[in-house]
Amino acid sequence: MKRSTMYFRMITASIARRRSRMLVALLAVTVGATILAGLVMVYYDMPRQMGEQFLAYGANMILVPNGDSEGMTEDEVQEAIGAIGGVESDISYCYESATINDAPIIITGCDLDKTYATSPYWQIEGALPSKPGEILVGLEQAQFFSLHVGDTVSIAYLPPDATAATAGVNLNGAVEGKVFQGFTVSGILDTGGSEENYFFMSDKDMEALIGRSLTYDVTELRINADADELQADVEKIEANVPGVSPQLVKRITESQTTVLSKLSALVLLVTVITLALIMITVATTMTAVVTERRREIGLRKALGASDGSIMFEFMGEGLLIGFIGGLLGSFLGFGFAYLVSTNVFNSTITFLPALIPVTIIVALAVTALACILPVRNATKVDPALVLKGE
Amino acid sequence: MALLELKNVYKIYGDLHALDDVSLKIDVGEWVAIMGPSGSGKSTVMNIIGCMDKPTRGEVLLDGVDIANESSRGLTDIRRDKIGLIFQQFHLINYLTALENVMVAQYYHSMPDEKEALEALERVGLADRAKHLPSQLSGGEQQRVCVARALINHPELILADEPTGNLDESNEKIVLDLFRQLHDEGTTLIVVTHDAEVGAAAERVITLEYGKVTSEDGDTSFGKVARRDVV
Repeated sequence: MKRSTMYFRMITASIARRRSRMLVALLAVTVGATILAGLVMVYYDMPRQMGEQFLAYGANMILVPNGDSEGMTEDEVQEAIGAIGGVESDISYCYESATINDAPIIITGCDLDKTYATSPYWQIEGALPSKPGEILVGLEQAQFFSLHVGDTVSIAYLPPDATAATAGVNLNGAVEGKVFQGFTVSGILDTGGSEENYFFMSDKDMEALIGRSLTYDVTELRINADADELQADVEKIEANVPGVSPQLVKRITESQTTVLSKLSALVLLVTVITLALIMITVATTMTAVVTERRREIGLRKALGASDGSIMFEFMGEGLLIGFIGGLLGSFLGFGFAYLVSTNVFNSTITFLPALIPVTIIVALAVTALACILPVRNATKVDPALVLKGE
Repeated sequence: MALLELKNVYKIYGDLHALDDVSLKIDVGEWVAIMGPSGSGKSTVMNIIGCMDKPTRGEVLLDGVDIANESSRGLTDIRRDKIGLIFQQFHLINYLTALENVMVAQYYHSMPDEKEALEALERVGLADRAKHLPSQLSGGEQQRVCVARALINHPELILADEPTGNLDESNEKIVLDLFRQLHDEGTTLIVVTHDAEVGAAAERVITLEYGKVTSEDGDTSFGKVARRDVV
């Protein structure tokens, strides 16, 4: 039999057949490694998790037309999006003035399904427009015009080139040349915000009403990036797409950065405390183990074991516990991270295979550090004590 | 030819002379019993002969090497290579089987050999108990495992400390029979005991009293050194 085989036989027997004592150390390392692996996994995934959370708070960058430009074309918007990476959602809005019974209103053309999907705070009585000729009315406007779901309303649009001079003014003072179109109210929008003052329709209906391709006044971008990366994105767009002026929504980006840095500090603190606790528990257990086994150590030395052999054996036991604890902890840590992720962030988490060796190495390092002092004490045991009947 | 020779050995703890000018010689193949009452210096002699302690003064030659001048590592090497130890309380490692306990001595000495360890257990009549833990063995069986462990590396000297102190009569007989076999094979045996029967089984009895050798001729009666002679 090889000496290494006998070595592993001895240390595994020591752990397997002296379960009660070693279980305490194993439990400490496993719990520590679980928390450690779980926190690292959450920490690693946190920017994405937080990004998803902050998505609910709206865009973190907006694109507006640059300078004198009337609006941004679809091509310009796509060019700006193409110049940067990480755009999770983009919604472009086209605002136009119109009237209902000569009372001014603002109509908004956009991809309503996309807007609704990224605006969880939107409450709709009725439904989103699903057919041509349907319109979503903000609550304020619905009350003002006494509109209800299912009502029809005639919206008048005056093209910018139609003026009183060219179109003439009728007896009531209204400008001639207006385009009238009837819409059915599919839903009433309640947001508690400025959206309640608008009429929303699909891009296509808007194009049909105003009689030309849309140019956009605002594009809201939700980009999964931190504040520095967003700033770099702004510079890229400014350099590459002259017709578009990017602006950061600082309220969102700064909140995200602040929350992330605070959570990171918390995770770091808990990690350090966890590592310290593992060390204390393992060191205490190993000290107790050495004390309990003084006679055995004396015997081994009496049989000819060198100090190095004794250290190697006790360190081996400690490291085996560290290895098993680290391995268990890396998998249990995923479970822990999954629980945190689903309960706190309401989303799933990605398993990081690289975390298995990392957790094991950290568990081994912490266990080795914790074992140094007790193991050194083990070498100080006098072999003669086995003869004294102690 | 002398395997072990103590020349004017002293072991002094403060004012106490645990060994006081002890000189003795043990030849290769001899079976010697060291006897004496409590506090006579038996354990101190055992520690020194077993390379677990060094004398304050004097020479201790084991196979020609003066262990008094050896470093702690040197003493460990001598213990491992030349001495087989048998203890009163057996001192088996409680989480290792009988076989593994024997193999531990091989592990520190050279190379563990399961077959050879099993043969050693067979020799002490415990082949069928090889896979048992010490807690599953009787006292006599544990002591026989201890004997198997002591002889596994074919040491030049077997040193036994009260080897029958915790055994009943029948197990005492088994152990003494084993010693007899080892002696017949030429192994040098030093047995520290206060049991007259164990002493009588040896070829020669060295008696210690108050740290001095009072007899080397088999006279096991104590009281030859007056208390006042002890410094």
